[in-house]
Amino acid sequence: MSDVHFSYGSRQVHKGVDMTIPRGRITAILGPSGCGKSTLLNFIGGRLTPDRGTIVFDGITVPGLRRDALYDLRKHIGMMFQSNALLTDLSVFENVAFPVRENTNLPETLIRHLVLLKLEMVGLRGARQLMPVQLSGGMSRRVALARAIVMDPTIVMYDEPFTGLDPISKGIVVKLIRELNDALDITSIVVTHDVVEGCSIADYAFVLSDGLIIGRGTPDELMRSDRPDVRQFMAGLPDGPVPFHYPADNYVDELFGLIP
Amino acid sequence: MTYTVCAIGAWTILLVIRLGRAGVFLYTTVLSVVPSIRRFSLVVQQLYAVGVLTLLIILVAGLFVGMVLGLQGYYTLVDFGAESSLGLAVALTLTRELGPVLSALLFAGRAGSALTAEIGLMKTTEQLAAMEMMAVDPISRVIAPRFVAGIMAVPLLAAMFTAIGVLGGYVIGVGQLGVDGGVYWSAMREGVDVYDDILNGVIKSVVFGFVVTWIAVFEGYDAEPTSRGVSHATTRTVVTASLAVLGLDYMLTALMFGEV
Repeated sequence: MSDVHFSYGSRQVHKGVDMTIPRGRITAILGPSGCGKSTLLNFIGGRLTPDRGTIVFDGITVPGLRRDALYDLRKHIGMMFQSNALLTDLSVFENVAFPVRENTNLPETLIRHLVLLKLEMVGLRGARQLMPVQLSGGMSRRVALARAIVMDPTIVMYDEPFTGLDPISKGIVVKLIRELNDALDITSIVVTHDVVEGCSIADYAFVLSDGLIIGRGTPDELMRSDRPDVRQFMAGLPDGPVPFHYPADNYVDELFGLIP
Repeated sequence: MTYTVCAIGAWTILLVIRLGRAGVFLYTTVLSVVPSIRRFSLVVQQLYAVGVLTLLIILVAGLFVGMVLGLQGYYTLVDFGAESSLGLAVALTLTRELGPVLSALLFAGRAGSALTAEIGLMKTTEQLAAMEMMAVDPISRVIAPRFVAGIMAVPLLAAMFTAIGVLGGYVIGVGQLGVDGGVYWSAMREGVDVYDDILNGVIKSVVFGFVVTWIAVFEGYDAEPTSRGVSHATTRTVVTASLAVLGLDYMLTALMFGEV
């Protein structure tokens, strides 16, 4: 994507984002909460259109695609949502089978094999009859992962895959993202504010802040960055170029009633 | 004064914008109706959810309304020595007015609110967004089957309401107040016209089903994706759909049965 600009109402979220995602590798997009990382995934998937700029996926310019072409494109994209977005009235098996049933005419036997294969990869073949409400957070995330890869996409996008997980589940998800990327030869984009986990699996990373890419490189290179804003984020410092305080009037003036 | 004018203006603009969105939404939904009917199993599932599960309150309400009509009708008619027309009075009241109107109001309260809440929650939990990213159109997969099921369910429910209401009137009129059973049924058979009364009642309930379901699915789809947003959308469905039914009832009655 190049020169991407986007605003939510009066708030300018992206001020010229340039980014090239390397094929077949895991790319992390790091940045503080609310900086517009997930919005970038929505641009790639065509759910949102930037105000300005270009997004090219596999030679196809995404913004402005007609509906049919966009839906064809999405068949090559897997996406795991932060909320998992499992269909609550379908079982684990049916959730994973959902995109296959809706987009193909494969016979039931083949669908069954395909779904069981993906569930086996995420270790949940035995949980296929459970309903989403019966799953733990980590299990839900793994079902969402199986569903994201069931159509054998060329690219999988993970939106905050580590958020809200216990350390064991987090470790499982990290391992699965790495293994699936290598085994299925797919391109992975991981959007996260979790620096430790993000850097542990990423081959390459971008740091997004204040609407711009402020750092790019391998995780090691970013850790050694001499930019104060990149260092602040990577080290998790509470104050720095990104201020601790939300902009406000002078504290003392406000306490003594000098500001109405 | 200026503030009031501005507020009215802003409210009007918002109303027109929402009506426009609802119109576009209806257009895209109607375009998806034919594919939805081809996958009739989805419609059948929704017929169960909005129709069968509403049946009990329809039957209970219909029975009591019929019993009340039996009582009120008898005490009014008996003063004129016309209690033999009780069956006709009950049947005409139910087929022309109370059957379509009350079943549509009950449908809006029970099934309409459930539709809005379900679709609104699917939006809030990103299930609709996930479908889009799986190259599945939520309008075709989620909205259209519910829309078709709603339009089919209301006339069927109105028929059940009317039938049980006529029985309720019989139980009170014949069983309790001593009207002759044969006269009750024969007056009804002589006086109720298939086209003028029954068909017009069916047309009313189809129109009510269309409008109530349209409002319910639109409010869910257009809901702000928060708890409060879904709550407001559900309330709006019941209020708007109920008022729409009553307003449309007057217009349809004026068109069908008399001069405006």
